[in-house]
Amino acid sequence: MSEHQGEFDSVTGRSTTGHEWDGIKELNTPLPRWWVITFYLTIVWAIGYWIVYPAWPLISGNTRGVLGYSSRADVAVELANLDKIRGDKMVALGAASLADIEKDPALLALARAKGKTVFGDNCAPCHGSGAAGAKGFPNLNDDDWLWGGTLDQIMQTIQFGARSGHAKTHEGQMLAFGKDGVLKPDEIVTVANYVRSLAGLPTRNGYDAAKGGKIFDDNCVACHGDGGKGNQELGAPNLTDKIWLYGSDEATLIETITNGRAGVMPAWEGRLDPATIKAMAVYVHSLGGGK
Amino acid sequence: MNKAVNPKDLTSDDDYGPLYAARKKVYPQSVHGTFRRIKWGLMAFCLGVYYFLPFVRWNRGLGAPSQAVLIDLPNSRFYFFFIELWPQEVYYFTGLLIVAAVALFLMNSVGGRIWCGYLCPQTVWTDLFYAVERFVEGDRRERMMKDKSVGALTIRRVSEIALKNFIWLMIAWWTGGAWVLYFNDAPTLVKQLLTFQAPALAYIWIGILTATTFVLAGYMREQVCTYMCPWPRIQAALTDEWALNVTYRYDRGEKRTSVKKAAELRALGEHVGDCIDCYQCVAVCPTGIDIRDGAQMGCIQCGLCIDACDNVMTKIGRPTRLIAYDNDINIHRRQEGKAPIYRIVRPRTMVYSAIIAAVGGIMIYVLATRTLLDINVLHDRNPVAVRLSDGSIRNAYTARLLNKSGHDRVIAIDIDGPVNSTIHVVGADSVTPDRPMIVIPRDSTSELRLLVTAPAEGNPEKSIPVRFHVTDIGLGEAASTTDNFVAP
Repeated sequence: MSEHQGEFDSVTGRSTTGHEWDGIKELNTPLPRWWVITFYLTIVWAIGYWIVYPAWPLISGNTRGVLGYSSRADVAVELANLDKIRGDKMVALGAASLADIEKDPALLALARAKGKTVFGDNCAPCHGSGAAGAKGFPNLNDDDWLWGGTLDQIMQTIQFGARSGHAKTHEGQMLAFGKDGVLKPDEIVTVANYVRSLAGLPTRNGYDAAKGGKIFDDNCVACHGDGGKGNQELGAPNLTDKIWLYGSDEATLIETITNGRAGVMPAWEGRLDPATIKAMAVYVHSLGGGK
Repeated sequence: MNKAVNPKDLTSDDDYGPLYAARKKVYPQSVHGTFRRIKWGLMAFCLGVYYFLPFVRWNRGLGAPSQAVLIDLPNSRFYFFFIELWPQEVYYFTGLLIVAAVALFLMNSVGGRIWCGYLCPQTVWTDLFYAVERFVEGDRRERMMKDKSVGALTIRRVSEIALKNFIWLMIAWWTGGAWVLYFNDAPTLVKQLLTFQAPALAYIWIGILTATTFVLAGYMREQVCTYMCPWPRIQAALTDEWALNVTYRYDRGEKRTSVKKAAELRALGEHVGDCIDCYQCVAVCPTGIDIRDGAQMGCIQCGLCIDACDNVMTKIGRPTRLIAYDNDINIHRRQEGKAPIYRIVRPRTMVYSAIIAAVGGIMIYVLATRTLLDINVLHDRNPVAVRLSDGSIRNAYTARLLNKSGHDRVIAIDIDGPVNSTIHVVGADSVTPDRPMIVIPRDSTSELRLLVTAPAEGNPEKSIPVRFHVTDIGLGEAASTTDNFVAP
């Protein structure tokens, strides 16, 4: 590019800018003056912006700007607004009965949305984000409930937990029949096979069904009931169905009978407000397994 | 060709040419003729539609808005006479945009910048503002004189300027006002605006559009076209040699001479051009260009120079249309003594027309067969399947039912999928356990949680297609969708 030295272009009768690229010269076509004035105005605007809004980084923090604007404060205001808007709806949720919430499409939608969020924050670590559970942590989508699957029973379990230490918590546990010396190892193997037979699962060759039945009647029926149908008052699972919290194979059953089981569900009363607990009960009930 | 300039000879800015130039104010002269009449007509039509369309009523029944054209942002609905569109039907607008773009191309390949010259809001409003300026300050010559005598800022002159700006501001204000009426019930909003009860957003939008109209049509004018608008650049790539553009027929016009001299030369049997260099075409031009320099970016092809030139040609007794919609091909043909040919129908225009017809046809078809009842289903992802205590399998789905009609519907949901499968809707009354019934209020959607349960026996496959049917049990209208039923 050559020095800025205009030339007269006799074809157009205009001068060039003096710029030249590979022999191609540029005619001087002046920009409108307001254009360059606009450019200067943007600079003035930028300076104004620095003064009014937070702009320059400092060693610790940044310039604040005379308006004192902060996006964080904005978020706080918007969250407060949101709480205010939700306030009425959550009051309505808190006032309605659990059954009525499920019947009102608007309340049901709100409860499910709220319940899903709160579930993700508080319950997902054990039950999984989709409430599908894991070994020792019940799947809340199915229809098998340790402590009952009606709306009220679910709500009660959420409020007070199971073996949580709360005064109203669900109590009852699977005893450690082997560790405490109640049953001998061979008896445990026998009764484990008997339990498998209750659920229609195959049993070990040569196992003594009559002996297993006697051990079961002497030790297990108190909680698990006649025929192993379970007892929701005590959180004793139904042993005849297809759903097993810890597993249905012989080794797992032997481990369960030997060492006992006592999973803990924390109590949420006091940690979550009543309306939120209601929302969560409706959410869990609506997952599909609710009675 | 270029001679080097000695920098010492470059004494004034004019020699160099400044890098930034002040705008040369354009003083278009009034003109009468065919194209001026067309422009008045189109202006009246376009502005009439724009200003009054929001007040047109359309009966959609109780509870629905009664405005013929309404963009209802809070409720995400668009109403256009008998058409009501939902946000998920935004593809109609895509079709509309395609048709609009190709229509623009078609206009361009037939008659050049018809959009720029007659229909563009910038042109229409600038034209209106020029009319106001002419009405208040007088025609071209008076305006130039008044602007030149800056020192003589008499009370009369100041009041003229004030009046002109006031009328401009009123027009701009109505323009902004009409805009917001498309987004709310017009009569209600007008009442609210007059009593200062309207939402702040309405006033802000009126303010913004008043300002842009006032500045763009009153002060920026042709600069919007030459410096800001991309269309002149794009259209240059879309045109071809057959497109009819406003053209100075230099075959007829050159050489330019005065009327008197032309008469003398013609008497001697010499060839003279019809152009008498009267500069009427330049005087009436709203962008201040000289059409005789040929096709150029500054020309918006409004055709006013055709009217101006025709008037002059009539006066001096020469044939009109020295400037006309024409192209270079015909100029050359006339120079060679051949008859001009006009090819409106050619591959380019046929392709554009075909695209418009195809997209338009698809849109009309889709609109005509648009269903007012629909269902979308989303399978639960976590868990995909649940084993129940009796060994059967359950899958959960989130369904969204759409009722686009103006009345509440009672909907029955049936499924067609795994053997012996049953469906349950969470929260729905189980009066008819195998066939859930749901009420969906008019013009709304309902999100439902659907539970499909099937015994493991008889359904050995890992994944079975399941079809969800929704039926309006009153009207029989139905819709369906397919998903899969998955085993754990």
